[in-house]
Amino acid sequence: MKAPLFDYVNATSLDQALGLLDQYGEEARIIAGGQSLMATLNMRLSQPQVLIDINSIQGLSGVRETRKDIRIGALTRHMELLESDIVKEHLPLIASAMPHVAHVAIRNRGTIGGSLSMADPAAELPACCVALDATFELSSRSGQRVVKARDFFSGLYTTERQDNEILTQITIPKCAPQQLHYFEEINRRQGDFAIVGLACTAAVKKGLMSSKRSLKALDVVIFGCEDKPTRLAQTCLHLIGTSIDKNTITAAKQKLEQELNPTANLEGRADTKLHLATVLLERALLSLARDIGTID
Amino acid sequence: MQNTREIAFTLNGEEVSHRVPVRQHLADFLRHELGLTGTHIGCEQGVCGACTIRVNGRSARSCLMLAVQADGCVVETIEGISQSGEIADLQHEFIQRNAAQCAFCTPGMLMTAADLIGGKEPVSRDAIRDHISGNYCRCTGYHAIVDAIESTLNKRLASDKSNPHHG
Ligand SMILES: Cc1cc2nc3c(=O)[nH]c(=O)nc-3n(C[C@H](O)[C@H](O)[C@H](O)COP(=O)(O)OP(=O)(O)OC[C@H]3O[C@@H](n4cnc5c(N)ncnc54)[C@H](O)[C@@H]3O)c2cc1C
Ligand code: FES
Ligand code: FES
Repeated sequence: MKAPLFDYVNATSLDQALGLLDQYGEEARIIAGGQSLMATLNMRLSQPQVLIDINSIQGLSGVRETRKDIRIGALTRHMELLESDIVKEHLPLIASAMPHVAHVAIRNRGTIGGSLSMADPAAELPACCVALDATFELSSRSGQRVVKARDFFSGLYTTERQDNEILTQITIPKCAPQQLHYFEEINRRQGDFAIVGLACTAAVKKGLMSSKRSLKALDVVIFGCEDKPTRLAQTCLHLIGTSIDKNTITAAKQKLEQELNPTANLEGRADTKLHLATVLLERALLSLARDIGTID
Repeated sequence: MQNTREIAFTLNGEEVSHRVPVRQHLADFLRHELGLTGTHIGCEQGVCGACTIRVNGRSARSCLMLAVQADGCVVETIEGISQSGEIADLQHEFIQRNAAQCAFCTPGMLMTAADLIGGKEPVSRDAIRDHISGNYCRCTGYHAIVDAIESTLNKRLASDKSNPHHG
């Protein structure tokens, strides 16, 4: 199929883009990398009156380091994140997730802002941003506001972003020296959206003996199951303060089964997804236990 | 009324300017307006990879880019990188190993593989498979394609070693 008729504006400043968004409201659509939007236009799943291209706006892209955090411009391409030394050093969770985000030609154009705004429930970057407690900067004609990733995703392909707002910047705290992380996803083909995925960060309280080392903090996020990334708050609460061993892992898997409520889709049945999520949780905990030294 | 725009860009080394409907994707523009039918269209949703071209030195899906967005860019298609000789050895290897059967996927596969064979380091078969993971082939089962890419790369690396000033 071919895209519907629309008008196109190549915006050269954020002000211009925000003005157009204000004017056209929900009839306008931002185009960033186009790697999700173009497909929906070609299929006529989306029929905007006007496309506002933000690719020529200066200052919306790039990765910067401040004392405490990393600032990522919304227009930063997946490939730039994958190749960034700053990301490798300070955001190892994102660094391990990026090879799973789509295929090379799509990574060359797709942007982090597009991925977060699209809010695909099986996408890697929304899940990582929730796990890492990122904050998003949204701009509109009436000013700026900051929304936590943990509040931003509100449902299937829906976010707290208003029609007149542009996501401009993502801020993520730097990984602390002792912080651990784990990322894995299950899919049929490298680069496809996950059937089920897991992103997690953890911190350890050091005991004198390795068997006494326990989890001080833990955040596990499952994606591809519910309508948005799911933080396993109860499961994590149960694990904090314990040292990871075979028994705690079994108990954690049972907690997950109570807490997670997957929806079936073309990628799998609900019970398949629930099972795969427990498998990923076990692998994550085993890996953390090896990092800590409580399991060989 | 169709909205149209004037665009100017570099295509396979030549300056091109044209008026395009803003809703037209780049693959349709290349095929229908310029007659460059080497760029194939399989899905128009980014999944199959048959329409892969190069924009500003990086591979891209031409079905997921508007023709207007090519304005000011350097675009290369399979016609360009074939005529320049850049991938002559890879094409030879594809023929030798029967890595093209119906050949519908071949232009996109060659464009994608072209990224890999320009390097100075060997690339594992797993990494080759990851790299071409976005390109569907319905005939070969991929094995012959991986063979062709691997052997082209190995031959290039060997010739670099025996002739360090070459290339
Ligand atoms: C075959 C294929 C496989 C893929 N696999 C994966 C995968 O495994 N994992 C994954 O995460 N993604 C995957 N993707 C999607 C890809 O990552 C997209 O790049 C991403 O989802 C959207 O980013 P974009 O910049 O292309 O956004 P666009 O397509 O330009 O926009 C997407 C949506 O976000 C809005 N938008 C974009 N930028 C902004 C902004 N700054 N502010 C407000 N709204 C904005 C647009 O209006 C639109 O509604 C895949 C895509 C394809 C075609
Ligand atoms: S036609 Fe573009 S990816 Fe299939
Ligand atoms: S050779 Fe037929 S699709 Fe690849």
